[in-house]
Amino acid sequence: MGPVRCPHGTGTGPVPGAASSCDLREHTTAMATTTSSRTAGSTPTPAKPRTPRRAGFSQRLGRWDLKLSPYLYISPFFILFLVTGLFPLFYTAWVSFHDWDTVMGQGEFVGLENFQYVLTSADFWKAVRNTFSIFLLSSIPQVIIALVIAAMLDQNIRAKTFWRMGVLLPYIVTPVAVALIFSNLFADQSGIINQWLGALGFDPVRWHAEVIPSHLAIATMVNFRWTGYTTLILLAAMQAVSRELYEAAVIDGAGRARQFFSITVPQIRPTMIFVVITSTIGGLQIFDEPRLFDQAGNGGSDGQWQTLTMYLYRLGWSQSDFGRASAVAWLLFVIIVIIGLINLAVTRRIATSGGKR
Amino acid sequence: MVAAGVATLALALTACGSDSDDSAEGGSGDSGGKVTLTISTFNEFGYDDGLLDEYMKQNPNITVKHTKADTSQAAGDALRNALGAGSGGSDVAAIEGDQMPEFLQYADKFEDISDPSLDGRWQDWKTAQATDAKGRLIGYGTDIGPEGICYRSDLLKEAGLPTDRESVAKWMGSTWDDYFKAGEEYTKKTGKPFYDSAGTIRLGMENQMQNAFEKDDGTIIATENPEVKDMYDQLLAESAKGLSAGLSQWTQDWNESFKTGGFATTLCPGWMLGVVQGNAPDVKTWDITNSFPGGGGNWGGSFLTVPSYGKHVKEAKALANWLTAPEQQIEAFKSKGTFPSQIEALKDPAITEATNPYFNDAPIGQILTDRANAVTVKPFKGPHYQAINDFLADALGRVDIDKVDDADTSWNKFVTDVNGLK
Repeated sequence: MGPVRCPHGTGTGPVPGAASSCDLREHTTAMATTTSSRTAGSTPTPAKPRTPRRAGFSQRLGRWDLKLSPYLYISPFFILFLVTGLFPLFYTAWVSFHDWDTVMGQGEFVGLENFQYVLTSADFWKAVRNTFSIFLLSSIPQVIIALVIAAMLDQNIRAKTFWRMGVLLPYIVTPVAVALIFSNLFADQSGIINQWLGALGFDPVRWHAEVIPSHLAIATMVNFRWTGYTTLILLAAMQAVSRELYEAAVIDGAGRARQFFSITVPQIRPTMIFVVITSTIGGLQIFDEPRLFDQAGNGGSDGQWQTLTMYLYRLGWSQSDFGRASAVAWLLFVIIVIIGLINLAVTRRIATSGGKR
Repeated sequence: MVAAGVATLALALTACGSDSDDSAEGGSGDSGGKVTLTISTFNEFGYDDGLLDEYMKQNPNITVKHTKADTSQAAGDALRNALGAGSGGSDVAAIEGDQMPEFLQYADKFEDISDPSLDGRWQDWKTAQATDAKGRLIGYGTDIGPEGICYRSDLLKEAGLPTDRESVAKWMGSTWDDYFKAGEEYTKKTGKPFYDSAGTIRLGMENQMQNAFEKDDGTIIATENPEVKDMYDQLLAESAKGLSAGLSQWTQDWNESFKTGGFATTLCPGWMLGVVQGNAPDVKTWDITNSFPGGGGNWGGSFLTVPSYGKHVKEAKALANWLTAPEQQIEAFKSKGTFPSQIEALKDPAITEATNPYFNDAPIGQILTDRANAVTVKPFKGPHYQAINDFLADALGRVDIDKVDDADTSWNKFVTDVNGLK
């Protein structure tokens, strides 16, 4: 949201957020008018002739306005971020250094004990493994599939809007409904997939018992839900690619595949980076799909598909231990920051090498 | 005293509402005397078929809003958050029986509801479940889960085994050893599993132990208790013999198996009857015995509590008191089959003469009443019960269901998990 100019003389601005600061400013002007002589009349418009003293004051006011107002306009976001983002972040750190019961609240200061427990627990490292495995199994195929679908939707096809809305359909289905559908597909004995495999003469896959199959099943759920969304973002980027480039390529005799790899992909690189970063953050915090993968929601009897957020939830809610849960939350935060930095370094290199082309 | 007046109202159930309305107004000091109460439950408590409307009709100054969570776990999470924050929760909050020990740690955050007029309303062990060390009673008992054994007569018939209720009960015997022996006979004859999972049977066995996981002072003994280890070893030995179908409860495969005959028997508390019927509506051969290995057993059953953060605790107590009076609980049983925990209700013909056509016209009221009376042990469940219970379920599941560990490795993981608890 950029700075919004106040329509002078009216009480309401075009944007609700801006309205309050506009009101405030008009109020100050009105106050200034009343403290000096009321020759200006009822409408304090700066165009009217004023005494030197008042002109100086309004000039000063104008300077403040210029310097302060932009900050005022953007302050709601930062104040909100401070309250809902930064404060909880540090509060969580504070909690993680204490023996902290979910209901009874703060206990003794225990230093790094919670971190020590979490870092030496086999469950934590299993959760790290699962989180990365599910993230990679879902994100990589997802971006590739989305890229292909977007390229197809970018062509001149009939009923464009229908197909474009169609790919978004899975996204608006609630995760609970998705989990219901997929529990029918991936049930170990009565599931449709295992019945097909059986009909083809293969052994059934033990989706809920083994590590990799469970991750594949969960990644399928994630991809089902998110591929359409990613597709639309990539499609929007593709639409912005200048059509002349393709015309030139056609004249040069480039085929469809060559056009895709030499024009489309390099041109939408910044959007791809955006997609990769957002899917990294989302992927490392994955919770709904693995939690709904079975009825107990604990990530399997041996933690086969327990992710970091599920481990956090189990510590904080099932075991009423906010201290350890907060330690996990902080470790997850650190992991995401590290991955984010790696992401940044890699994508920056890709971006600059793209620029040299 | 208001509480006494309210109790009279609840028991008499007549139009003496005006007295108690006045006192409620005096107590809360609300403008106009209008009070809105919120009550949160989970699954089905049977309150929606007119019970709450009836209460509002009798108490025109009270409006009741009912919210339902889909699982007891979700309801517990919400209540825990509200207690931690000191606000934002319901005036009357339902708690599942097995979660009660955890909430008893925070008994001070709930209203003490003990009152002479409530003496003798519930069975002793039900009241004991909601009483803390200081003798504060924090929960109005709703239903209980006395258990029989559900079995499929057609599967037993195929194996050439008894099929009618009495003979099946005799065949399964009175101890767990007898039950397993019967299972071995069935499995040997048919090559098919006898029950759904080691985890299900475990709940039946463990609920007959006085101190399975914790001593009365809360010290954790789960990993040293020979009773628990013996149970674990016995269950997994029976799994190795093929008695367990290795089906995790509430999964799609488990649901399907009620239809397809994946197992011949399972444990059946009152509230399970609806689950069996729902999973296999077209199967006509499910039946229930009036017997249970190792004596009586209780699985589940809930409470209504009044958290102290509420603004209208007096009115909330009156509502919870009324809902858990025998008359109302009988209505709830008629509505959703929740079996009453109230002694008076258990004597009522509406309960004792109830039959269930789905279960081969089983005299379900009589069976469950007998099963409830057979409960002798009041298992102690301390603050860590839920966490240890989850760990043990996982330990059995790794061997019995997922087959990813052998019994010893899995037990060692269980020991590590339990030792990690504070």
